[in-house]
Amino acid sequence: MKSLEELKAIREKTLANMHVRDDSSDVIRVVVGMATCGIAAGARPVLNGFVDEVAKRNLGEKVSVSQTGCIGICQFEPVVEVFVPGQEKVTYVKMTEEKVAKVVCDHLVNGNVVTEYTIGAMAK
Amino acid sequence: MRELSLNILDIACNCVTAKASLVEITVDEDTSAHTLSVVIADNGCGMDEETLNKVQDPFYTTRTTRKVGLGIPLFKMSAEMCGGSFKIESEKGVGTTVYADYKTDNIDFVPLGDMVSSIITLATMNKATDVFYRQVLNGKEIIFDTREIKKILGDDVPIDQPEIIQWMRGYLEELIESLNGGVS
Repeated sequence: MKSLEELKAIREKTLANMHVRDDSSDVIRVVVGMATCGIAAGARPVLNGFVDEVAKRNLGEKVSVSQTGCIGICQFEPVVEVFVPGQEKVTYVKMTEEKVAKVVCDHLVNGNVVTEYTIGAMAK
Repeated sequence: MRELSLNILDIACNCVTAKASLVEITVDEDTSAHTLSVVIADNGCGMDEETLNKVQDPFYTTRTTRKVGLGIPLFKMSAEMCGGSFKIESEKGVGTTVYADYKTDNIDFVPLGDMVSSIITLATMNKATDVFYRQVLNGKEIIFDTREIKKILGDDVPIDQPEIIQWMRGYLEELIESLNGGVS
């Protein structure tokens, strides 16, 4: 059984592994739309998917995952925006848990945009 | 929405937007009476009477990106379509409380679903908003409180660190399992 006692040990471990993001301009921002439209379309597992992948690959230093309200394109939800410093914003649409793994691997780690999941490819 | 937990997450997001420092969520189920009640209370900015009267209207929203606001109407519908009831109270500057009662033996009752994901998502949404979650099953209760967790973490480890999120998920999963007698 997990206890709050155990959390103390996890805290120490996390603190030891945590690196201060001294220059936040280097951080890749992943923003998941979590308004009614996003939640109804399945944004919750997409958000959890990003958090899990980032934890699994130890990307906590380089990637921040956050939530926002309605982006205004409800028909394309779940919508995820990726902001890589110095590059144009990439908008991924109709996201699923399965697509998350590919976006993390190809885009966040290797720097290649997954074009087929973007709004540009979907709106054609 | 396919799970009540999604409606609950959606409504509780409004508490964060209302700049609440605390969101209290209670889910109380009585399996012999076939009832389930959900209460979502915050200490956010609240609403005046005029706004309160309008929020149940799907064509009212405060946002500017689109013309409809479906969060509260969908939550209300989820309760009323299974023979339950819905109520919302609010006072400007004090906070807002939303009540929904469900009849769980009605065919249109939507299952509660994955409360762990909803609560963890909410807990990490905004560091300034704490979450107090209480789930009761036939009089037995469990409590999950981010204020307790933050007290242990201190100021130097934020609650949205991936390792902490994973621990909280496991912790809350075990708590809820203990309610169900060890069956998840």
